Amino acid sequence: MDLLQQLTQYAFSGLSTGAIYALIGLGFAIIYNATGIINFAQGEFVMLGGVLTHFFLIVLKLPAGVAMGGAVIATTVIGALFERLTIRPLKRPTPLSLVIITIGGSIFIRGVAMLVWGKDTQSLPPFSGEEPITLAGATVMPQHLWIFGITLLVIAANKFFFYYTIRGKAMRACSFNRTAASLVGIDVRKMVLLSFVISSAMGAMAGIIIAPLTMTAYDVGVMLGLKGFCAAIIGGMSSGFGTVLGGLLLGLLESLGAGLISSGYKDAIAFIILLLILFIRPQGLFSKAQTERV
Amino acid sequence: MKRDYLLFLLFATVVLVAPAAFKGGYLLNVLVFMGINTMLAVALNLLLGFAGQISLGHASFFGLGAYLSGILSTTYGFNPWLTMVIAAVAVGILAFGLGFPILKLKGHYLAMATLGFGIIVYIVFNETVALTGGPSGLSGIPNLKMGSLTFDGDLKNYYLIWCFALVTMLLAINLAHSRIGRALRAIHDSEVASRVMGVNARLLKVQVFALSAIISAVAGSLYAHTMSFISPASFGFNFSVELVTMVIIGGLGSIFGSFLGAALLTILPELLRVVQDYDIVVYGLLLIVMTMYMPKGLAGGIASLARRLRPAKKGVVDAQG
Amino acid sequence: MLRVEGITQIFGGLTALEDISFTVAKGLITGVIGPNGAGKTTLFNIITGLYTQTSGKVFLEGEDISGAPPERLAPRGLVRTFQNIEMFHQMTVLENVLVGLHTRSQSGIFSCALKLPWHLAEERRMREEALRWLEFCGISDLAEVEAGALPFGKCRSVEVARAMAVNPRILLMDEPAAGLNSRETADLEVLIRKIRDTGVTVVLVEHDMELVMDICDAIVVLNLGKKLAEGTPRQIQENPAVIKAYLGEG
Ligand SMILES: Nc1ncnc2c1ncn2[C@@H]1O[C@H](COP(=O)(O)OP(=O)(O)O)[C@@H](O)[C@H]1O
Ligand SMILES: [Mg+2]
Repeated sequence: MDLLQQLTQYAFSGLSTGAIYALIGLGFAIIYNATGIINFAQGEFVMLGGVLTHFFLIVLKLPAGVAMGGAVIATTVIGALFERLTIRPLKRPTPLSLVIITIGGSIFIRGVAMLVWGKDTQSLPPFSGEEPITLAGATVMPQHLWIFGITLLVIAANKFFFYYTIRGKAMRACSFNRTAASLVGIDVRKMVLLSFVISSAMGAMAGIIIAPLTMTAYDVGVMLGLKGFCAAIIGGMSSGFGTVLGGLLLGLLESLGAGLISSGYKDAIAFIILLLILFIRPQGLFSKAQTERV
Repeated sequence: MKRDYLLFLLFATVVLVAPAAFKGGYLLNVLVFMGINTMLAVALNLLLGFAGQISLGHASFFGLGAYLSGILSTTYGFNPWLTMVIAAVAVGILAFGLGFPILKLKGHYLAMATLGFGIIVYIVFNETVALTGGPSGLSGIPNLKMGSLTFDGDLKNYYLIWCFALVTMLLAINLAHSRIGRALRAIHDSEVASRVMGVNARLLKVQVFALSAIISAVAGSLYAHTMSFISPASFGFNFSVELVTMVIIGGLGSIFGSFLGAALLTILPELLRVVQDYDIVVYGLLLIVMTMYMPKGLAGGIASLARRLRPAKKGVVDAQG
Repeated sequence: MLRVEGITQIFGGLTALEDISFTVAKGLITGVIGPNGAGKTTLFNIITGLYTQTSGKVFLEGEDISGAPPERLAPRGLVRTFQNIEMFHQMTVLENVLVGLHTRSQSGIFSCALKLPWHLAEERRMREEALRWLEFCGISDLAEVEAGALPFGKCRSVEVARAMAVNPRILLMDEPAAGLNSRETADLEVLIRKIRDTGVTVVLVEHDMELVMDICDAIVVLNLGKKLAEGTPRQIQENPAVIKAYLGEG
């Protein structure tokens, strides 16, 4: 295989992982923009998507569509409950207490998943066979194409929701100014709940479409969540294009780094990028800095 | 203030005579771990409870201390006391340098950045196999010696570790009631106002970050030399979260609280040994429930309980320890 | 004493301040007034180094201090209080004032942790001085109370005591009478005069016109980010542009 072919190969797998990061990152950004919370439990939604699908599909032997749909719905319910039971009752939320609570939630969800489904790694069958397709000189798994397709769909739906529906617009208003939004009659608490619902659904979908490639287990959420956060940081916490670009960029760099430099340090790449961005351009690669209010 | 020192005296006495009550062995060994965890929790509390700055990567400083001291003494044959000093200084310098860019960040961003740093260090422990032994760990680390006395038994280790832990607690109590301690708490409450009062918040945060890292590194070195074996698994993200849990459960800003938190989190896994694996679920619940219903932690809870039990003396407002 | 020159501040698309220049005379009380959103707090934030202005300069006794951070300005005698009170609410009132003495003490992190003897002596000296400032502001009885438990009016006094402990040459006060009842406002007026009498220059942002006209020696009026007028209280009261801004559009 010549170098160009190899690079194309890396690019394809990098972009498809990147698409996953983008989906997870969008979940982070949506909650952050609506509430100012970085939800450390975001990765667990991703884990739940994969693990629940495995449970419904393999253990309960439900049809694939039902299994996936069920996994998304169940995860969404868990996300909503999480917001209702832990975030909403908080009397004086501070950034610190929110970090701690969402970390606590993530540990708890992970722990329960481990108790219920065990510590083993599980694999899911790809959506449509394992016959590789040759594309631009590189071989691509059909699952990669599924990932691109579904990610695009979710992003488009997302865009539609935020720009063309009343609720979506209300949520955007909340992200600009929560006080002002509540003054014009938007129920901010409902919007917070809604943001958890959307994010957990998106996280679950990300978990489902990547599981056939990378397998799934109770503890995959930690890394995937953190990488999704990197994507969102690169994108300046935008719940749109910036984060998508951030995810793709991260996936690409990881895949190239693992292929060309060393696979052992693959996971370190994301965190080095994370630190660099936070140190040098905390507002993200694509946006301008603002004066913080005193 | 005086009360803190009295309490400390009492506490130190109990710690020093406690081994008489145990036959040694298993329980003493748990108490050794408790001492190390107390050091780590107090160190993190300086940063998290006083200055209000979170770190989700403190296990990495603990690990760096352990590995630096372990590698230098095992592979290169340096005296363990010397390697402890080298580890402390090196980690201090690293944390000081890292502190400037990282502590510019606030809240969630700081949490994520420290977490990222911790994971990078963890990956390095795993990947630099030639130096660290990789995932299978580093063994044969020599014990600390003092003249003809080698710290190799549980009882000797107990006194070694708890001397360090008590000194750490005393330093932290001193700091709490001083100019620097007040400035740190001021930063916690309102960074803007503290700066207007002339507190160099940026520098002070970095200093306390470095101090906290140094204490953690010393704890790491002690850990390496008493256990004789270390592996990356002890220094990962999970342990960083456990440390934060100790501080929160014990009570932010309370030194004795840090001991309580460390004690609870050392004993809990031992108690839950029968139902292994449940500990992670319990931690998660503890974090959530404590933050929601007992934001001042065990120390705060005990203090308010004591106030309720004791008939209130009028006009006296307790300063929290 | 204090001079601002051509200060402009733009936030995104919003021009909060446009080409503001004026001078504050030494030893006097200067008022800065204007409707809500005029940019008064923003101006204070720029002078005290919390914001970096888009353009323009700030001079303290002839020295260019533009862009200097607040922690460097405090030792040079430039201190402020806040519109939305910034208490150290988990500390006692005495400790709050002790933080004000920070720049006038030296003990570093190590001498504090080790409790070295000179640190103890310094601590005693600081306590005495902090108590003096509590007395100056008439809140000696609150020394050991936790600041977070104080009623609103007392917080304002603590903020002033804390600021005075820094030993300012110039004190900027952002709406110190906001939220005070008429008794407390009267006390505040006395306190501000007392501060002036110790030789401290005062700059006062305030909505209470009676108070402003009563104690200010000079007044600067801002409106929608622009300087509308400048002069003695009397001149300001008669200035048609000011009257229009306050009554006309309101
Ligand atoms: N950090 C900031 N970012 C964006 N806009 C700001 C910021 N600080 C102040 N403003 C805006 O500047 C204008 C002036 O505000 P301010 O100085 O607080 O007015 P005042 O104190 O006179 O009532 C307001 O429109 C306010 O919204
Ligand atoms: Mg204002």
